[in-house]
Order: sequence, then structure tokens, then C-alpha cells
Amino acid sequence: MSLSRADVEGIARLARLEITDAELPVYVGSLSKILSFVEQLNAADTAAIEPMAHPLEGEVQRLRPDAVTEHDQHAKFQQNAPQVASALYVVPRVIE
Amino acid sequence: MSLHARSVAELAAGLAAREFSAVELAQHFLGRISASNGALNAFLTPTPERALADAARADAARAAGQAGPLTGIPLAHKDIFCTDGIRTTCGSRMLENFVSPYDATVVERLQAAGTVLLGKTNMDEFAMGSSNETSYFGVVRNPWDLSKVPGGSSGGSAAAVAARLVPVATGTDTGGSIRQPAALVGISGIKPTYGRVSRYGMIAFASSLDQAGIMAPSAADCALLLGTMAGFDPRDSTSVDAPVPDYVAELKAPLKGVRVGIVKEFFGAGLEAGTGARVEAAAAELKALGASTVEISCPSLPMSVPTYYVVAPAECSSNLSRFDGVRFGHRCREPRDLMDLYCRSRGEGFGAEVKRRIMTGTYVLSAGYYDAYYLKAQKVRSLITAEFRKAFQSVDILLGPTSPTPAFGIGAKVDDPITMYLNDIYTIGANLAGLPAISIPCGFVGELPVGLQLIGPHFGESRLLAAAHAYQSATDFHRRLPAAYA
Repeated sequence: MSLSRADVEGIARLARLEITDAELPVYVGSLSKILSFVEQLNAADTAAIEPMAHPLEGEVQRLRPDAVTEHDQHAKFQQNAPQVASALYVVPRVIE
Repeated sequence: MSLHARSVAELAAGLAAREFSAVELAQHFLGRISASNGALNAFLTPTPERALADAARADAARAAGQAGPLTGIPLAHKDIFCTDGIRTTCGSRMLENFVSPYDATVVERLQAAGTVLLGKTNMDEFAMGSSNETSYFGVVRNPWDLSKVPGGSSGGSAAAVAARLVPVATGTDTGGSIRQPAALVGISGIKPTYGRVSRYGMIAFASSLDQAGIMAPSAADCALLLGTMAGFDPRDSTSVDAPVPDYVAELKAPLKGVRVGIVKEFFGAGLEAGTGARVEAAAAELKALGASTVEISCPSLPMSVPTYYVVAPAECSSNLSRFDGVRFGHRCREPRDLMDLYCRSRGEGFGAEVKRRIMTGTYVLSAGYYDAYYLKAQKVRSLITAEFRKAFQSVDILLGPTSPTPAFGIGAKVDDPITMYLNDIYTIGANLAGLPAISIPCGFVGELPVGLQLIGPHFGESRLLAAAHAYQSATDFHRRLPAAYA
């Protein structure tokens, strides 16, 4: 599998990652290598095999009662926020 | 014997006998961190004030007759565990200034047991790496040879315990991140069964593979800490509600009659000869101690690395989408619009290996490629798991090397991701199948330690620890310290 510059630019856009022009060729090379490497999985006969859903046999995702377990701690949490105003997270204008 | 040359169990006995206080013990190790962390870079955030406060509380508890087996034991947490009020970076620029507003369950339980927190340890960025070279905060150095890597991703915890800057530390293991560094620095490290230890407050990398564990001087010390860490936690939806055995009491289980399977696929091309010889000698030692050995084959195991490098990046691309520069973490300067804020905050906040894995994961999950990559990998994962299950019908423990080579040079593998990924060729299988596994020291190649890996069936931690303990009762590799830190 060999990816083009445009492929990698597309993937980076989907992943919301800015990749500089200098970095781009490095990722084109290494991502192509990784995808070629994982292609050896095609050699495995999995026609009759179910994909794994949980590492432990018979375990399923547990549901919890629909009850309030958290209390409001927004002031504490927002101490880590890059920008806050009136207890709201601030981002660039989204709707003109 | 100097304080730092003692095992955790010996330190606990000394505290119980009032041979020294928890404050004296904390001061001893804090002194070692001050003296040696400059060269090793094992700690990102030492917490001396917190340590002394914890230690004073431990001494008061003991004076009041309320001490437990871990009261006053100093420890360090890998910086992937959230610690209330203490910087939690995950080795990333993204979280350089993140102060966690809560404690991980592992942190909470060990604190409630009376341990003393000495600080947070360095690690590969978001636990993605096998050499600790992807940390934003610089490489960690191997105490046996400062020009070598300590392994990764729990490289800071590994180096800190090996140099006895701390007697015990937590780690996490997604593809070998406890066992491989434990092997490369000559300590014991256990990755428990998936679901055995809560993942709550442990920053997620690949949620179906991540598991917390312990890195310590001996298997008996791992047993001492694991019992406190393990157990059901309603805050982790994959935590298993099953009773926790008394791992310390079960250390005494005899090795006689235990069937050890020597995994053929673990001894193929790529295994450095000296490492292979040490591991074979360890198998012979287990046999001499009463175990029986038999060769066993898991033919799909060589597929574990390519399987992992589809599944783990896929889960990482999803988990790391939470880092968006809005609620916490790095934000770029003067974003033009919301898209620019996302892309530049993430582009600047994440390092090269993390970006590589996010993009790999994004690609294998994208429309048109999901079946060919992700679904296929999850099928091969089923295949590998079924082979392990079949193996455990005829043996109790599987044996092999932990890592194909001893510690390699800093910078030696950074240019080729595939070469770096192949370091985990023997460890990834246990993660894919959710199995418990332990690495213990079994000798040296030159000056560098070699690790023996034992893998057990689901919830088979007791037998692994008992077998490792029997081996360590007959050998002294785990007691050797790097000369500069003895």
C-alpha cells in the first residue's frame, strides 16, 4: 500500500491535525510502510472467524442505573480550560 | 542493608518493626531522586511536599495502631494516572499544564492503603512507544547503561525502580508497556487480566487493550501491591466484578506439577542469541524446581504485531479526539476559526508518533477501508485468542522471552517505526487476548538485564506470581542493582 501526498493530507484533515509541508513527506513514507506491514493480515484465513468483541469470553458492557452520580464541579474543571467567560468555554465564532 | 536495596516486603517489615519511620524512608528516597533524577529523567514531577505529608500521616496511623501492610511505603505513579491537584501530562505537550481535578481509582486505592506518593514518572507520549523516546519531556536513561533506552512506554517507572529512586511504581500495558521496560531494566512487572484493575482515571490509549499494573523489585512485591489495586470499580464499564484472591498468601503455591508451555513462535528469527539462551536456562531452572515443560505452538502469534497496529491506532484515533483545545489541554495562539483551532491545537500539542498513530487509526476506520483493516484485524485477534485458549487446556503457564533483545541504544530505532514496533513482538499477544503476564529478570547479556515472560490464563495472576516467586527464591538476578545506584 502506497499513499500519496493527497491521501495523507485527506487523512490529516479527517483527524483534525495540521501537518506542516516539511512533515508531510515523512508521514507519506511511514504511513505507507505501516499499511504495507499490516497487509500481512490478509494471509490469515478468517472466513469462518467472528471478529472479537470483548477480550473476556461472555463479558458484555455493563449498564448502570440511570441515576445522578455527579455533582456540579464546573469551576474546578474549568481551571484547566484555555479560555472561559461567564462559566462558558470560549471558541472562535461559529455562526456568523 | 541500605534502605533502597530492600524489597517492598522488607521495607514494610522494617516499618512495622519501627526500625525506621515513614518520614525517614520518604526522605531517603527523596534524597536519591534529587541526586540522580538529573541524569535519568525518570521523574517528570517529584512531589516532595506531598510525600512528607503522606509519610507523617502514615506514621500517625501506625502510632494509633491503624497501619496496614502498605502504610508508609513510598511509590510513584506513571504520569498517565490522574492525580487530584497534581500535574498529569501523559508525557505530552498537549497536557503540559494539565492539573487533574480528580484521582484515578488506582491512585485512590493505593493512597487509602497508606502509601506515600513520591511523584509522577516519565513515559512515552500517551503511552505510544517502546523506548521512552517519544516523551515530550525528553528520553529516560537506562540505569544499567546511560546510553541505552529503558524501554517503554512505562520507561520512567522502570528506570526509577531499577535505580531505586522509589521502591515500587505503577505502570500501564497496552502492548507490553510494563513488561518490556521491566525486562530492559531488570525488575519485575505484571500486567494483570483485562478488567482486573480499574481503568478509571487512567488516560485512555486503546481501551480494549489498556491495563494497569505494577513494577517492583520482585514478584512478591508485585503481589503485595496488586491485591490493593485490583477489584471491581463501577466507574469502569469493563471492570470485572470478581473476587480478588489473596495474592500474597497464594505465593506459596508449589511449582511442583505446574505445566509450563514453551511457546515455539517466541524463539524464532529475530531473537538475539544471548537473550534466547538466558530464557532457555530459566525454563530449565523452573523444571529443576519441579515444573514440567513442553513445547507448544500458537501458529497465529506472529500476526500479533500487525493486528495490534490496526486495532490500537483505531482505538487511539477515537480516544484522542477528546483533545480539541477547547475544554483542557494545549490551545494554539490566535485561531482563525474553529477548524483552525482544532487542527493547530492538535498539530502542535501532539508529537510525531502520536500523530502517526492517530492518522493510521483514522485511515483504517474510514469508509471503504473498515472491513479490510479493522474488521480483519479483529478476526485475527479472535484467532490468536482461540489459540491461547487451546494452549491453556494442556498447560498452566506459557513461557518465552519478554523482549527480542536487551536494551538498545538511544536513537538506534527512532527512524523506522516498524523496527520499533517489533520490540513488542512477544508481549502484544497477551494484550490482544486480555491475558495476565509477568516479566522477571533471568540473567544478563554483558551488563544488560534479560527478562523472562510468563503468561497465564484469564485471572491466573496467582499462579504466575507464585511461579515467578519460586524462581526468585532460587535465583538472585532480581536482587542485583546497577553499580552506580547500589
